[in-house]
Amino acid sequence: MQKSEVVVVGAGPAGLTAAHELLKAGAEVTLIDRNASLGGQLIKQTHKFFGSEKQYAAHRGIDILERLTENLIPYERFHLLSETTVVGFYHDKVLTCLKDDRYFKLQADSVIFATGASEHSIPFENNDLPGVYAAGAVQTLMNEYGIKPGQRVLMVGSGNIGLIVSYQLMQAGVDVAAVLEASERIGGYLVHASKLRRLGVEIRTNMSIKSAIGEAHVEAAEAWRLDEDWQGIEGSEERYDVDTICIAVGLSPLTELLEQAGAEVEYISELGGNVPVLKDYETTIEGVYACGDLANIEEASSAMVEGRIAGIRAAQALDYTVENAEMRLKALDDELVDLRSGPPGDNVRRGLKKMEGLT
Amino acid sequence: MRIKNHPILSFDGRETIPFYFNDKLYYGVEGDTIASALVANNVKALTSSLHLERPRGFYCAIGNCASCNMVVDGEPNVRTCITPLKKDMRVYRQKGRGRLHAKE
Amino acid sequence: MIEKTGIPSKAQVKAEFPTPEELSRPKAVIECYKEIPCNPCETSCPFDAITVGEDINARPQIDFDACTGCGICVYSCPGLAIMVARLKNGEAEMKVPYEFTPLPEKGEIVNVVDRRGDVITEGRVLNVSKSAKQDRTALVHFAVDEKYLYDAISIEVSYGS
Repeated sequence: MQKSEVVVVGAGPAGLTAAHELLKAGAEVTLIDRNASLGGQLIKQTHKFFGSEKQYAAHRGIDILERLTENLIPYERFHLLSETTVVGFYHDKVLTCLKDDRYFKLQADSVIFATGASEHSIPFENNDLPGVYAAGAVQTLMNEYGIKPGQRVLMVGSGNIGLIVSYQLMQAGVDVAAVLEASERIGGYLVHASKLRRLGVEIRTNMSIKSAIGEAHVEAAEAWRLDEDWQGIEGSEERYDVDTICIAVGLSPLTELLEQAGAEVEYISELGGNVPVLKDYETTIEGVYACGDLANIEEASSAMVEGRIAGIRAAQALDYTVENAEMRLKALDDELVDLRSGPPGDNVRRGLKKMEGLT
Repeated sequence: MRIKNHPILSFDGRETIPFYFNDKLYYGVEGDTIASALVANNVKALTSSLHLERPRGFYCAIGNCASCNMVVDGEPNVRTCITPLKKDMRVYRQKGRGRLHAKE
Repeated sequence: MIEKTGIPSKAQVKAEFPTPEELSRPKAVIECYKEIPCNPCETSCPFDAITVGEDINARPQIDFDACTGCGICVYSCPGLAIMVARLKNGEAEMKVPYEFTPLPEKGEIVNVVDRRGDVITEGRVLNVSKSAKQDRTALVHFAVDEKYLYDAISIEVSYGS
């Protein structure tokens, strides 16, 4: 069986920073990603990031990705397995991988999971029609491959993903008919909402999608108002002539691999649903860590910081000396506190409190 | 359906890649996945649901949801949203679960 | 209400503006109405005119005496929530961030929109800058009648042919 001292699963913002910290400390790291190109969701983040200089604020995600990747290249003990899917994980830290139609096993001393999250769907009539796409998927299609999903889009959900992808659709020359928001307030940052609104895109609160209309693909959408119990109000239907419906209603952490090995998972809605039980980013299996959206659904800025912390902790557990470890961990913790201390961080703070109660 | 002008990104200078979808010749470009090349050609239905055979397009674009599984060069259930497009690939819309054929 | 629509009220907008006297020189106007974890406006300002402070979630405060209207914060703001405004010869001149193609040209007459995205008047493009340090956020500098000072926010996007 092949061996690697550390395996990092997922080369998004959290996985890349975790790998970097481990390599800096001297560990051997194999970074695995199922895509051909590294970066996870950073690859399509064409907007400038929020946060502070420490998380590369005011730089575009696509450029941050380049920096994070370049960090890894000088290290001799860095191995990259791209277009490789981890399909199995066992409690003795053995991973089953699939590459080029071939399965192989990999034994690690320490494993860091940074598998991210997958986008939700919501139930409505004809929600399986081609043309109903996850918003992040449309962002991938546009910004990674340069392809428009359609001519005119109805966006469902006004969190940051819904707002940002709507803006980026307009940048790609695609018309956005409206953004629907089921709750009574816009979910994402108001600055995103305002820059979309000044493009003439209406954000409609207390509204959701009732149905997609079409036979072979989406030809229109029907929206309706919701009452206080979030039930659709008959008679309030409005038709939008669109060929694409984007769903931006949240993400679920990808915990499957951790669960295969028996790591404990708890449902904490504020963190995004089922999340691994963590103490200092270590799961209930010793030497197995989780960070980024897998640990809690948040912005990429936080994921990068979490990856660094998980990487340092894992390096220490393997008896590597991390320079100024205590100072650095404290500084990184402070960064997370800063990122989460305002109103947008309310949910995560509540969720993490619940997590603390579990461990 | 390809983006021509973009304020942030440039997609110029990518080589054309010929491939076949349901035995008809199509063109994608370097860097495409199978699914992105099809969507660029306005092909939206990639597979069909198992029982009612309703048309299905891509959904997640990260290899997670199985909504873009197609038959590629004889192999079913290929996640076309994360599989790079290659020259002369033969891609078919998948019906049902797909069948494995013994390789020689 | 901005939390429902993304459109700030006129009172909210006016509260962020300097006085008309102060606007005889160009000044940055920051429309960051709700706390978010973000401070590039503060760190990008070469004149220390913008303060977010220790807690990066705080809303930015601007010192109009220190602000020179240089426009660096305009393209540094990830939320595209800052513009530079000035009153001159009966016109309001505004420098706004713009991330669409094609860019307008100097001297072009363009449609100017308000915070709802409605076209409210025509404007004259004074300049368009797009240097490397702006990192693909162009600055469009345009002039409208001064009565639109609190309404004009950007130019209408035209995708060309």
